[in-house]
Order: sequence, then structure tokens, then C-alpha cells
Amino acid sequence: MSGAPLDLEELAGRSYAYGFVTDLDTDLAPKGLNEEVIGMISAKKEEPDWLLDWRLRAYRHWRTMSEPVWQNVRFDPIDYDDIIYYAAPKTKEALSSLDEVDPEIRAMFDKLGISLAEQERLSGVAIDAVVDSVSVATTFQAKLAEAGVVFCSFSEAVRRYPELVRPHLGSVVSYRDNFFAALNSAVFTDGSFCYVPKGVRCPMELSTYFRINAAGTGQFERTLIVVEDGAEVSYLEGCTAPMRDENQLHAAVVELVAMEGAKIKYSTVQNWYPGDAEGRGGIYNFVTKRGLCTGARSKISWTQVETGSAITWKYPGVVLKGDESVGEFYSVALSANHQQADTGTKMIHIGRDTKSTIVSKAISAGHGQNTYRGLVKMLRSAEGARNHTRCDSLLIGPDCGAHTFPYIEVKHPTARAEHEASTSKVSEDQLFYARQRGIPEEEATSMIVNGFCREVFKELPMEFAVEAQRLLSVSLEGAVG
Amino acid sequence: MTSQVAERTWQHNVHLSGGAPAERPGEPAWLSAARRSAFDWLSQHGFPTRKDEDWRYFDLAPVLGLAFSPNREPSIEPRAADLGAVAGPSLGGPRLVVLNGRYSPLLSDVTLGLGDGLHVASLAGEIRDGGPGLAQRWGDGAYSHAFDALNAALAVDGVYIELAPQTTADAAIEIVYLTVAAGDLPLVSPRSVIFAQAGSRATIVETHLGLGHGHSLTNSHTRVVLAAGAHVEHYRFQAEGPEASHLSVVEVHAGEASRFASRTLAVGGLRARHEVRARLVAPSAELRLDGLYLPAGEQCHDNPVLVEHLAPGCTSRQLYKGIVKDAGHGIFNGHVIVGAAAVGTEAHQTNKTLLLSDRAEVDTRPRLEIFTDEVAATHGAAVGQLDQDALFYLRSRGIPDRDAQAMLVAGFAADVLDGFAPGPVRGLADRLVGSHLEAGSGAYQPEVKR
Repeated sequence: MSGAPLDLEELAGRSYAYGFVTDLDTDLAPKGLNEEVIGMISAKKEEPDWLLDWRLRAYRHWRTMSEPVWQNVRFDPIDYDDIIYYAAPKTKEALSSLDEVDPEIRAMFDKLGISLAEQERLSGVAIDAVVDSVSVATTFQAKLAEAGVVFCSFSEAVRRYPELVRPHLGSVVSYRDNFFAALNSAVFTDGSFCYVPKGVRCPMELSTYFRINAAGTGQFERTLIVVEDGAEVSYLEGCTAPMRDENQLHAAVVELVAMEGAKIKYSTVQNWYPGDAEGRGGIYNFVTKRGLCTGARSKISWTQVETGSAITWKYPGVVLKGDESVGEFYSVALSANHQQADTGTKMIHIGRDTKSTIVSKAISAGHGQNTYRGLVKMLRSAEGARNHTRCDSLLIGPDCGAHTFPYIEVKHPTARAEHEASTSKVSEDQLFYARQRGIPEEEATSMIVNGFCREVFKELPMEFAVEAQRLLSVSLEGAVG
Repeated sequence: MTSQVAERTWQHNVHLSGGAPAERPGEPAWLSAARRSAFDWLSQHGFPTRKDEDWRYFDLAPVLGLAFSPNREPSIEPRAADLGAVAGPSLGGPRLVVLNGRYSPLLSDVTLGLGDGLHVASLAGEIRDGGPGLAQRWGDGAYSHAFDALNAALAVDGVYIELAPQTTADAAIEIVYLTVAAGDLPLVSPRSVIFAQAGSRATIVETHLGLGHGHSLTNSHTRVVLAAGAHVEHYRFQAEGPEASHLSVVEVHAGEASRFASRTLAVGGLRARHEVRARLVAPSAELRLDGLYLPAGEQCHDNPVLVEHLAPGCTSRQLYKGIVKDAGHGIFNGHVIVGAAAVGTEAHQTNKTLLLSDRAEVDTRPRLEIFTDEVAATHGAAVGQLDQDALFYLRSRGIPDRDAQAMLVAGFAADVLDGFAPGPVRGLADRLVGSHLEAGSGAYQPEVKR
């Protein structure tokens, strides 16, 4: 491809707008991980004994496990004793209103384009804001409470609604599930909790915004969403982090429970700091997300736009236990510069006539390596189960890579699974056509890429769809030229 | 690796090395060195377990749990008539028979189809009398798994075929591997090398058959080297006995503008794994890999396929189809790697499986790994049962259910079988498929006596 040489440093700087650090007075735990640190986290959160017990069981189990090596990514070993497991912006005792949120934090969120002020009704989205290890504010709580919806930070939920949290915590992602899930279960510091009671359609979109601010820390949050019979919720999550030379670990767990006829739509725009053009720094995003369709005719839909992180390792899955339940996964994953992504989904069909749809769009540019890894499993009980998988990869530049590793396991003759995939570069013909009409190459590429991802973007709530398109264009800057 | 499996592996290693010294008297130094390095590789890496991604679905434990004896003489000496009964009539060219891993001059028939420029010999003979060419083409010391290394360590015989430049072998060259078992747990390790020099053409048919009863383990390796512009059509029929374990590798090294087609058909064995590994090392090579596998009864058929595109402008196409009956288990493990140098690659991979019973099981893993942008690569996989609408259509026209099903199954298999050369090769394929599907349940059981 032709074009003037571009200043890489300038580009790297330009393309990540959220790389600033806010100077917050932060309460830090000492570095390292042991039972005392876990005890300290639990004490700081004023947790009940059952939760501390659970954390310690997870920690002891984690000690017996070794870091997974099967994923198609390369990174230097992580020193788990060199991480600060708890970092919280210092706050006043018990906030009574949002006005009491630290102005610095509010300024930080304003800068990120997220208003915590409830007055801004226009946005119409309830937000739980998580900075480093703790939730700093949750908006619209009163209005949600009127509808019977509980939406609060995880710590608050443990204190106020233990009867809702306890039966579901670890019921979808057990602490034995994998190395990072075990680590998270031992040290998770906060996150969001959402409960939608029977028959309620949540009156607004719920959202959690995750921000890593402090240096040397890891973020380990946990989200639990429980939706009862016939209820519905749409949930969004976004994330950013400052630009640093070090790699920071983010190991979250998300559990969704959908009961009979319930619907959960979970959308993520992941924009953690991806590292610079030479691959220095960036977040290691090692996340376990899983939904359980426990009731008949329930539905869980994951939509993700992954543009950030130095390394992404996540497989949001759905366990389709209820008869006629539905699982969906829509994903756009972009790996530019030296980013690596190994992402996909797991659809486990257990119930009768369960259906799943997977649409994955992967874009690799620069030295980026992108892997789709997906499991479709249909058990002996999954009579009449259906799956359709479509996964496409787009390559931009000769040094990037796109890999597809689907696993299809079928044990019932009436089950049907289909998988289609293609890998190609941006079409020369399309580029030529656009340039002929006076559209510069970079813009044309961006248009083509956006078209390539449209199938996924249309699944996002409107505000997110706009944001996702913009993010993709910005992340691709410098990849062409 | 769990300690139990590790222990078994260890016992297995000891057992094997006890029965097979690395060096054999009278062998050239290069071969002894190759054997030693294969044994070293094996003791270093051990046997795979289900934790190895490539062995995720294929259960080796029953194989490792049996104390097979390598390189044992067959307990029953089959006669030419027995061979004719299982292998059918000649395909019109030379027929080379390898009995329990050793070339059998008695059973082989090389009176037909040998012309100028076609050199056919037993591998042991070639090791003894041949030139230095074999040493270069024996193998590159890269093993994909323990059994691959085990073959390199243990193999003493097989077939060597060399085609001189611009030679065309008119009739198909047939290699029949016959494994005879009689409760003595033979481990047979045939190895064959096929070298097609520049511009030569040949059709080669490798057939694996079983005789007798009881467990046996065939661990075979065939290496095909194609020089520039060579064209080889390779067929591989696996119809081993109902209790046989079968592990095999066909390794292909494709030179510039060469063409290689591999067509495999698996109906036999209790657990069978046939690996095809192809490296496209020079520009414009073309590869076609087709497979049809029909696990029934308790059979498991695993089909690992690895294609490495290492040079510009090469093409590869794969079509694997499985028909799974009873409690059969069909596995497809396709893997295409397009290296950074392989610009202008075209790579396609398709796997389709038909499930005919509620105890049938299918695992498929069509993988693509691509390291450059100038490519067109696709893959597709589908798993399902017979189309109910099509069945209804046929029945509404008075075709009995059983016949309608047979027609649809035949139609499904035809995509692969229609690629087989018409004439005796296709005839052999039809005969194997026909008797397998008619058998109702269980593996294809060759009749020893007519």
C-alpha cells in the first residue's frame, strides 16, 4: 500500500484517548497474594464469614493450579506476587448522594464522556462506576428500586441482599473452572450486581464502567446478574485504563442466570489500554464470562466489541440447560500493533430444541494476532438442537495473523451444527472503487471494516453502536498507509 | 499427564525398547542414527494423552493398555487365495504385499505394469542395495507424535517406489498391507517411501487389510516426495479387522508446481487414526485431500489433516465426509497453516458429517492459522441427520424407507467417491463401502474363505 510514512509515536498517542491518569488519593493493599491479603480485602468490605470462607477455598484451589498454556498468545510470565490486589480511591464514609462523590472522580468520568450526574436524564442509562478495585457510584438506584430492580455494587449487594447473592455466586462459573476464575474468586474486590424480579422488564439500560487508574494494580471484579421468570434486562459494560509501560492484569468473572422465559442482553465495549506501537505495556484481559439459561425459553445474548488490551483471552459462553433456550454471541475483535486476542465462545446445548447463533468478526492489522476459538457442544439430551456459526477474518497488512479454531462436538442425531468461516484481506476492488470516488485509502478501509462488522454492530444498543464504530476507526488509524 | 497414564506409558516404553534394539546388524549408519534419534524423541516426549489438543477426542488408553509385540512373524501364513479373497482382483498394475510389516515376495505380483523408469522394491532391499537417495528421503526427523517416532524407530520394511523424471506409470501401483493377528497382539510398523521425480505421474493405491482375529496394532508411515511438476494420485483404503487398532501417517512433501491428490476411505478397524500431513514447500503446488469415513458399531475414526503452505501461489482443497452409524465416533481434525511467505495462497477446507443413530458421536475441529494477508481461505463444517423432507419426498413416491435412506446416504458419500478414478479403483471403493453399509452393524469383516 502507498502513502507517506506516518509518525508512529504520534499515531500511538493519538489513537488512545483514555490514556490519562487521574491523581486520586488511593488506598492500597501491600503487594502480593496470601491468605492475609484476602482476609484484609474481606475485612475492608465488611464481608460475612461465608464469603471469606469461599474466597479462601478458591485461593487454596488456585494454589494447586497452573497457568493455562493452550491459548494462542505469547506473554512473559506474570508474577502474581508483584500485583496490588486492592486499590481504592479514598472516600468519605457512606455516600448519601452523588454530590458527595469525589470531584476528581467525577471529573475523570466526565473526561471519559460518562456523566455520573443524574440530572443528565438524556442518557437514560443507569451506571455503576468501578475505579480500580471498588465501585464509586451507582446512578438511578431509586428509580430502579421502584420497579423492583436491584442494581448496585457487588459489595453493597453482599451486605444488603446476601439471600440473593449467596445461592448464585459461583453457580455459573465455579472457582474450580479455570486458573483466572479461581484467582478472581479469591481476590475479587467489587463489581456490579443486578437482580430483576419475576415479570419485570428493566425500565432502562444498565451499565458498568470499569476504570483502572492506579499503577501496579490488577483489577478483579465480579459481575452477577440474576433475572427471574419472564423478566428482561439489557446490560452494557465499558472499560479504559491509563497508558503505562507495565502490563496490568484484569481478571474478571461475569455470571448470568436467566430463569424461565427470562432475557439477558449483555454488551461489552472493551477498550483497555492496548499498549504502544512497539507492544510495550497494555492490559492483560483474562476474563471468564458465562451465562446459564436455567429455565425453559430463556435467552442470553452476548455482544462484544474488543478493541483494547494487549492480550485478550475470553470466551463468553452460554449453557443452554432449559428446553428451547437460546444463546447468541456477536463479536468484533480488533488486533492492531502488537495486540493479541484469543477469543470466542462456548455454547453448551443440554436442553431440547435449544438454539445458538455465533457471529464473529476478527480484524488483524499491523503485527496483531487474532484467534477465534469456539466450542459448540451438543449433549445426548439436546434433541433438535441447532447451531449456526459464522466467523470471518479480515487481514490488513502482511505481518498480522488470523486464526480460527472451532470445536464442534455432537452427540445427538437430530442436532444440527453448521460452521462457516472465511479469511481474506480488504478487497482491492472495493478499495479501488472507493478511491476512484475520491475517498482516501484510510477512510475507505475504515468504511469497509465498518461494513464488515455491521452484522455485529446492529446488535449493540444505539449509543454503543456509534461508540464502537468510532473506536474501530480510531484503533485502525495508522494500520493503513 | 496423569500418573496412571504416565506409568502405563513407561511400561510401554520399556516393553518396546526391550523388544527392539535401536541398532540392527548390517544396517547403514544413517539408519541407525535415525532410529536412535526417533527413540530419543519418543522417550523425551512420551505418548500423547487426551490433554494433547490433537488427541482430544481419540482415546489411546485401550491401545496403550495392551502389551503389543513389535516385529513378530505372523502366526498364520496366509496363502495367495486368502489375499485374493480380502483384497479382490488386481487393479491391473503391480501389487506389492506387506505382511505384518514385511514385504512378502510370495504374495506380491510384480509381473504387470512395470515399465521403464518405474523402480519398485521392498524397503529392506532398498536399504541394503539402494543408493544414497533413500537416506535423504527417509524422513526429516520431525515427528508429529509418539507413534510417528515409534514407526521411524521400529520400521524395517515396506515398499520403495521411485519414478524417473517424466515417467508415467499407466496402471495403478497397489500396495497391500496385510495385518494377521491370532491373539498374539502384533504391532506392525510398515514404512514406505514414494519418490516422484520431476514431471513423473503415477497412481498409487495403499490398502490396509486384516486377517485372523484378536487385537493388532498397525502403525504405518508413508512418505511421498514430489519433485517439480510431479503428479501423484494417492488412494488409501483402510479395511482392517474388527478388533484392530490402526494409526498411520501419510507425509507429503510437494515441490514446485507439483500436484498431489489424497483420497482416503476408512471402513475398518476398531479405532483408527489416519493422519495426512502435507507441506507445500515450493511455489504453485496443488493439493487435493478428500476423505470418507464410516464408523459403525463401536468404531472410532479420527482424521487429522495438516496442510502447511510455505511458498507462494499454492492451492489446497480438503473435503472430508463422515457417515456415523450405531455407537460410532467420527472425528475430523483439519488444520491449515498459511505461513508469512505463502502469499497468494488459496486454501479451502470442508467437513460434513451425517449422524444415523442416536448413539453416534461426532467431533470436528477445522482450524485455520494464517500469517499473511494475501490469501483466500475458507472452511466450513456441518453436522446433521438425513434431510427429513428428502426422505418424505422419496417415500411419497413409493420408495421404501430403507431404500430411500440408502439413496440419500449414497448421495452424501458420492461427493467424495466421485473423485475416485473410474474403473478398478472406484470399484474397490464401492465394494468396501457397500459391504460396510450392508453389514448393518459392526466393522467390515473380510471373508477369508470363499
